Amino acid sequence: MSSYGRRILWVTLATAIVCVAIGLYIGLYLTNVPGSQAATRGPAGVTNLYLGTVPAAELTDPHPTWVSYYVVNPTSTNWKHDTTFVLPANSLVHVTIYQFDGDSGLRNPFISQATGTVGGNFLLNGKPTVAIDPDSASHVFAIPAIGLSVPLEGVPDNAKNPCSNAPCPLSMDHETISFTFRTPAKGLYRWQCFVPCAAGFIQGFGGPMQTVGYMDGFIKVV
Amino acid sequence: MSTIAVTADRPPVWRRLIGFNLFMGIIGAIIGYIVGHTIGNQFTGANIAYYGPEAGQNDIAIFLGYFVGVVGFLAGLGFLNYPFRRLLGHPPTLAEHESEGEGIGRYFRLCTDHKVVAMQYLVGIGVFFFIGGLNAMLIRTELLQPNTHVFGANQYLTLVGLHGSMMMGMMTSGILGPFANWVVPLMIGSRRMAFPRIESLTFWLLMAAGVVLITTIFFGGFQTGWTGYQPLGDQNTAGYDAYIGFFALVGVSMCLLGFNLLATIITMRAPGMTWSRLPIFVWSVLATAVLMMLAAPMLIAALLMGAMDRTIQTAFYVAGQGGSSYLFQNLFWVFGHPEVYIVALPGFGIVLELLPVFTRKPLWGYRLAVSGMLAVSLLSFFVWQHHLFVSGINADLRPFYMLSTELISLPTGFIFLCAMGTLWRGRIRFTVPMLFCLAWAFNFLWGGISGVFLSDVPSDVTTHGSFFVMAHFHYTIMGGLVFTFFAAIYYWVPKMTGFKFNEGLAKVHFWTMFIAFNSTFAPLFALGFLGMPRRVVTYPTNLQGLNDWVSVSAFVLGLSMLVFLYNVVWSLVFKREPAEVNPWNSKSAEWQLPTPVPVYDFERIPVFDADPYPYGVEPTGPPVVAPAPGVA
Amino acid sequence: MTGAQHFRRIVWLWLISSVILTPIVVLVLAPGMPPGNGTVEAAGQVTDNTVLLGLATPVALGVLVYFLYACVAFRERDTSGVVLDGPPIRGNATIQFWWLVVTTGLVLFLAGFGSVELLSDGAGGGQGPNPIAAPAQAKGDPALQVQVIAQQWQFTYRWPAYGGVETQHLELPANSVIEFHVTSLDVIHSFWAYQLGVKADANPGEDNIAYVTTKYPLTFNIRCAELCGVWHGYMYDTGHVVPKSQFASWITAQRVKYAPATKSLPPYSKTYFPDPQRRGG
Repeated sequence: MSSYGRRILWVTLATAIVCVAIGLYIGLYLTNVPGSQAATRGPAGVTNLYLGTVPAAELTDPHPTWVSYYVVNPTSTNWKHDTTFVLPANSLVHVTIYQFDGDSGLRNPFISQATGTVGGNFLLNGKPTVAIDPDSASHVFAIPAIGLSVPLEGVPDNAKNPCSNAPCPLSMDHETISFTFRTPAKGLYRWQCFVPCAAGFIQGFGGPMQTVGYMDGFIKVV
Repeated sequence: MSTIAVTADRPPVWRRLIGFNLFMGIIGAIIGYIVGHTIGNQFTGANIAYYGPEAGQNDIAIFLGYFVGVVGFLAGLGFLNYPFRRLLGHPPTLAEHESEGEGIGRYFRLCTDHKVVAMQYLVGIGVFFFIGGLNAMLIRTELLQPNTHVFGANQYLTLVGLHGSMMMGMMTSGILGPFANWVVPLMIGSRRMAFPRIESLTFWLLMAAGVVLITTIFFGGFQTGWTGYQPLGDQNTAGYDAYIGFFALVGVSMCLLGFNLLATIITMRAPGMTWSRLPIFVWSVLATAVLMMLAAPMLIAALLMGAMDRTIQTAFYVAGQGGSSYLFQNLFWVFGHPEVYIVALPGFGIVLELLPVFTRKPLWGYRLAVSGMLAVSLLSFFVWQHHLFVSGINADLRPFYMLSTELISLPTGFIFLCAMGTLWRGRIRFTVPMLFCLAWAFNFLWGGISGVFLSDVPSDVTTHGSFFVMAHFHYTIMGGLVFTFFAAIYYWVPKMTGFKFNEGLAKVHFWTMFIAFNSTFAPLFALGFLGMPRRVVTYPTNLQGLNDWVSVSAFVLGLSMLVFLYNVVWSLVFKREPAEVNPWNSKSAEWQLPTPVPVYDFERIPVFDADPYPYGVEPTGPPVVAPAPGVA
Repeated sequence: MTGAQHFRRIVWLWLISSVILTPIVVLVLAPGMPPGNGTVEAAGQVTDNTVLLGLATPVALGVLVYFLYACVAFRERDTSGVVLDGPPIRGNATIQFWWLVVTTGLVLFLAGFGSVELLSDGAGGGQGPNPIAAPAQAKGDPALQVQVIAQQWQFTYRWPAYGGVETQHLELPANSVIEFHVTSLDVIHSFWAYQLGVKADANPGEDNIAYVTTKYPLTFNIRCAELCGVWHGYMYDTGHVVPKSQFASWITAQRVKYAPATKSLPPYSKTYFPDPQRRGG
């Protein structure tokens, strides 16, 4: 091959490698985020959202098996590892959370009181509650932009049948928290947990607490 | 640089790969990483065991992996050979693989020819510059819309951190690496640097650092930005270990590079090259080298403590256990402020060095320029608290640091005065390097003035932590360093490679870059004033118009870089038109040598007898005089 | 043309452009500048920025006019290819002296002016636990203390004068001096209340004090100005400055609303070191 031809080959090869590398960078890493899960429509215009919180994601998950939120069905038999929820605008959304994780305690006890829900309270295992003991909080579901914040009670340490990895059936020890809130106007909002539940990270706020798909996510109001 | 010639008696490719070169270095790095990682995994404690070796989050394993990996990399390249040989009693030698191997091969090994190291730097830093630039394009893509996210929230912050780290870590040596290494020995009449092996080491350490930084995406990235503030960094997944490893290696490389240049300039000047005859570029290199040597260790110390916090759970930066978040901020900025002058000073040197050539006049105010550079260098250690004006530092300190920061604009003003004086009644030729130098003056003017705003505490309360700061440092660093980086490329690369650039493409590159650059960063001043903080993935919808304008301009800026790349490939790989020996009619020493410059640089060590800018002096001759016979 | 003639031309060009542009900048552009005049400190920042702009305009024009003139007047007109040299002017002591004097004077003036602005009322910036500059207060009307607690990723506010109640949003009385105590529970944040002209970093274990003197009712945006993790860009809030009576009824209603939470709160303190701190969750 002539020297000119060889140079063309090297330059083309280098360009191709660079383009492939950029493509992999964008496709495999940068845009590797969870999908979005539409909430199910309930009776009479109320939208239902069922969530589950577990100490560790399922062992077959390709991502780290950190503590995580999941989207579940009402009987907790179908678990989807997703934290972006699509909700209708200016509507009532009824949220039920099956909480399977143990307690970690709130960093700021102020968050032990629910805010932003219809009625200003939530149902903890069927009982209307306004605030819980800060030390027994396991997680929080909060949308700060609309002032919604609901603390999730933790499964006691001496529970007989705790669940360790997703998916968790309702037969295992859990707390059921449910509340209703009104969605705002169309837009993209973020939600987060406020309990430092990321074991192994300083102040419990690293890893899953800072990763969309685990303890953080988006609300897409359409 | 010759093409790859195939001759009958060259050994086959696989034979050529065995030896102390980059290939063996990569193998050494992989083996070293595995060894270090395995050793590190033996250290398990109550908290590290939570994840265990399988999850790849054992920070001790990762740090040890990087460390042993870098040692393996250097061993594969052959850097341990000379120390071992000396330990075994062999006599000292200077040159190593200087002319060994065919043309291309010299660039993939330890080579003590300062010109080879300079080319290695140019290409190596160029690669990382473009990776950093790609990240910038991706950042601006994300910021096109406040309520639609193209990338994940974590990944966006990693993009921001990667862009900043790559640029600050790599481009710090952006002019000193390629150009000081090439030009300074020639300007002072030396055949080599004071420590040729260390010179090569600084390059390979920088390349290792770049690879370490890129591995962050395999560990979850780092969400702290390039400043790596603690205790936020402590919360990060193992991607932050890659950030620490990167800056630790960059710090060592910077320190050694500065040390080498300083030693060379002080001890290896040829006869007649007195301090008052030193070209202004060499003075700027000297001022920068001092900063590099003194500031880099602070960064390494700050990061080492961060690494200890993450691994053996000390509490240097954790407030609840006796540490302080202020400690990191102060240590970082004691490095960080001299760092930005490390980035700015070589730009000053390039501009003042090139202006005499393209105005055909001596540098105006030589002593003023030198004292300006040295004053910037000295004062840069006394201003760092201006990054902490509203962070709750002792309020009594603020007026002092306001004064010291304002004062640093004085020596910077000297540089402008000297540039203006050199233009006065000159015969200006608007070559591409000259255009880039004039663009520097325009950009650094806005960068410098916005710096005065930021140094004023009440004004800083308005703009700290906002896009105003971003605009300020992009105008000074990109408008300063990157423009002069390109000026230096168009000026010296024809001599370094022996091939000329396509002038038309170069002018297209310049004008697109200049206009797009200003279009991208000028609106950021407004965005900062309108309340947009830094490093945010969303913003109020009323700012979308400005953000979109900035993003589109940034894409055009990226395109101008592609024009440059095309010019490089076309001119240096395909067209290869030989450059004249002295296309700019420069009277500087390096242009009096043939093209390409031979391995030994000078046939005889020159004796200097005139100042470096003998323009307008009759007879118009170069300052280098052939020595008397018998002088080597 | 002689050097003196060039110099005169440049000076005229500079004078004319400065006389035209500086008043436009100072009188038209600057007064409308952010952060606006909603509080005394914000107005002080606008004044400060106006003075800076007013000085920066002629300085920038000086350099720009010179460079543009030089590029036009001193360009090489001989295109025959022969490269001729210019005059060997190596310096001018007089020019260097006056440049040094003028720039030093400018810098010292700016440093002095900035210090005066800063020390008069703190300029809305965080001054640490021992502030040296506070706004003058009316006798018998102490500053209203508000603790801004920054955490990942929202701001909450605690009111020591009202039973240590903590609230989710911030409302402030008009025509009052407010003393912000900014602290953090975890990493470094920064409390930036834009229209108030307040910016104070929140460091864990530190009490950063910033003052603001409110004037009339307004709405202000609060954003976090220091990268604090993944939701840094989403850490914002909206606050209101309201008439004093409205504020009194608001804070009373908040105390009632948040009574359950107040029972669990630790006693009010300048800094907090909440558990869990260590790794291990």
